[in-house]
Amino acid sequence: MAAISPASSLPASVASNPRRLLSGNEAVARAVWESGVRVAAAYPGTPSTEMLEVLSRNSPTDLYTEWSVNEKVSLEVSIGASMAGSRAFCAMKHVGMNVAADALMTFTLTGANAGMVIAVADDVGLSSSQNEQDSRTWGRFAHLPILEPADSQEAYAMTKFGYELSEQFQVPVILRLTTRICHVKGLVQTGERVAPVAGRFEKNPRRWVMVPGHAKARIPLMFEREQQLRAAAETSPFNSIDEGHDRRVGFVTSGPAWMHVREAFPNAPVLKLGFSCPAPVAMIRAFAATVDTLLVVEETEPLLETELKAAGITCHGKDFLPRIGELSPEVLKPAVARLLGESVAAPAALPAAVFPRPPTMCVACPHLGVYYTLAQLKNVTIAGDIGCYTLGAGHPWNALDSTISMGASMGVALGLDKGRGEADKDKKVIAVIGDSTFLHMGMQGLLDITYNRGNVTILILDNRTVGMTGGQANPASGKDIHGALAPRVNFAQLVEALGVKPERIHMVDPYQLPTLFKLLREETKIAEPSVLITNRPCVLIDEYQKQQAYTVDTDKCTGCGNCIDVGCPAIQVQRREKAVKASGKEVELQFVAIETAACTGCGLCLQPCAPEAIIPAVAVQSINVMKKH
Amino acid sequence: MNSVDKVTNILVVGIGGQGVMTATEILAEAAISRGHDVKKTEVAGMAQRGGVVSSHLRFGPKVLSPQIAPGEADLIVGFEAAEALRWCHTLRPGGLVLMNTARLVPPVVSGGLYDYPADPVAEIRARGIEVHAFDAMAIAIELGDMRLGNSVMLGAMADHLPFPADVLLASILRRFQARKPEMVDVNRRAFEAGRRADAQSKQAPVTA
Repeated sequence: MAAISPASSLPASVASNPRRLLSGNEAVARAVWESGVRVAAAYPGTPSTEMLEVLSRNSPTDLYTEWSVNEKVSLEVSIGASMAGSRAFCAMKHVGMNVAADALMTFTLTGANAGMVIAVADDVGLSSSQNEQDSRTWGRFAHLPILEPADSQEAYAMTKFGYELSEQFQVPVILRLTTRICHVKGLVQTGERVAPVAGRFEKNPRRWVMVPGHAKARIPLMFEREQQLRAAAETSPFNSIDEGHDRRVGFVTSGPAWMHVREAFPNAPVLKLGFSCPAPVAMIRAFAATVDTLLVVEETEPLLETELKAAGITCHGKDFLPRIGELSPEVLKPAVARLLGESVAAPAALPAAVFPRPPTMCVACPHLGVYYTLAQLKNVTIAGDIGCYTLGAGHPWNALDSTISMGASMGVALGLDKGRGEADKDKKVIAVIGDSTFLHMGMQGLLDITYNRGNVTILILDNRTVGMTGGQANPASGKDIHGALAPRVNFAQLVEALGVKPERIHMVDPYQLPTLFKLLREETKIAEPSVLITNRPCVLIDEYQKQQAYTVDTDKCTGCGNCIDVGCPAIQVQRREKAVKASGKEVELQFVAIETAACTGCGLCLQPCAPEAIIPAVAVQSINVMKKH
Repeated sequence: MNSVDKVTNILVVGIGGQGVMTATEILAEAAISRGHDVKKTEVAGMAQRGGVVSSHLRFGPKVLSPQIAPGEADLIVGFEAAEALRWCHTLRPGGLVLMNTARLVPPVVSGGLYDYPADPVAEIRARGIEVHAFDAMAIAIELGDMRLGNSVMLGAMADHLPFPADVLLASILRRFQARKPEMVDVNRRAFEAGRRADAQSKQAPVTA
């Protein structure tokens, strides 16, 4: 029996519509390109990364794109381009704006010259982030307009509108996206590119040099601009009402929450805000008068709700709706039932109990040896950082003691050192940070360690790429955003320049476990900053070279399980046995196999294997025959 | 009847690196070629690192929310046995689960922290759900390349869609014609093998 009955035939006009299936990120990139933007900059970060990736596929003469070292620099590059008279674009994930905020909070005073759109992508629901933030807050904080698309088509349209709005009011515009915009694909009707215009920089210190006297004069202009923007929002076509006959609850909503509201309550009146900040309060007040109860549906903070209540508009919001995580029809329906005093429908079938599948490091990842080694060290506290290597906090290594923000391993380690009490006086403090994260915001922390004579051993895991977001280039890659050769930072020279003694700097092969262990043990004993720099590439980038795969000689495997502690996903336990040691202690033996098709022969698991049961897989039949073509 | 009722909901689930997102994209392209409005979304934050991937595809005259609500999936396509079980509660009454019986065991299971479900197919059937189960990985390997599993799974879906199987096949082959024309024929065979596996699995219940 077919699961789905055939749908009725669709109109030919729909069938012939040549729209493109684009993710929100792709739609924004397309609109940026069509808007004649000349400079676009970003630091990669889920869910925002693809915007710059897509833009970078354009010729550099057509559109300048760069991976910046961090979000603040990316915003500053964009600010400079706007000052220079070129339309500019900058994209970042929500936490990126925390880094960029210093520039943002003054850029709002100078305002933009050529159009400037800043796309900020909120990871609502924390699929790949250390926290959850509502970036609409920046609109209130920096007195800037916020546009909130509800799907790919709107992401496209609002980006284009953003450039017009930016130039009309000389204001940077924040395009607020969420994961459910960035990574949802929908059909988009695209258009043609307008020719980019390169204006000129007009010397004007009162506008661009924000010393106190100049800045003070700009603040009233900023507030005046905000009033004008509010008036514009009141009449914006992006703020509109979906009529509905069931007036018991009227909804005010924005962004992807609008889709969920429409899906869950197709007969309710809905005021949809696309140009959501400054909030069109008069429009909302008039709408509120047409419904019995007003419910504000927003992801995630009650920003609009608080504003409406302050304006004397009676409404509900977070008293019925969750303040964290993504909204969806199944979240909204029971909340509205409670608001109406109706009985809440029983949930659909409960999920089956299935093991979790946490993300793992890749087969042969150069980080595996580092964490295997760190897990062996006793009496250490290890400050971690943001990247693939944050996974070292998980099974089987459990090797990280902190993760806060990009680059934080440096300062946190120094604080752990300086703040230690008597109980921790003999503990060694280690910091672990990746190449890109070190260049993003770790360098300053290391300088702080050397300047303040901290006692921290630092591991810079240089795998030459931004691994977690999919392998973007950075100054450690030796490549630019287009893959063309670019200057490659020399970490040994860099950390020496930051004050680490040359004899305390070591380049180390992370696949050589005994060397790594010996160096770590020695350096942690020395009461001054040391830096170990690993020198092998990410297994997912072109520089990685596969070696002969390994297999397990089952006759020799004693089930000791040492190789499992490496944490390589290619090593699988085949069977377990209970055994009693000579000491009388009961142990569980774990006999393993290596998934030879996945193994790339890094040789890590051989090293802890005492019986030498791991051997080259010389005669393994290749099941991947097509790959040779 | 509300237009939302005509939306088809397909949930494709598996593990990062299995090609779940690509398969859903091909399915989406087939739906678009029939004039449907389409939305496709997945939660795949760290999918490349062996995590769970669930790709939602909704198509019809007009699609609003991109997510399939629990209890509203018409079809669940599991690229891995335990993943099909993980998501089967999102199926609507009378819906269908198609699943690859191949097991991909994560380190947390291999390391002894958790157990792999003894019989995922039986567990899903115990919920009164119709399951078509087959070893897509074995079929792909038989055809010479593990990566053909994607076309095998798409083939298995082909007779459960509101459009003819050929539409989906054309959508697959279009991709290969553009980039790897030498792969067109073997993918066509993988697709047909998937269709057969699905048809046969109705008669002969399989255990994962």
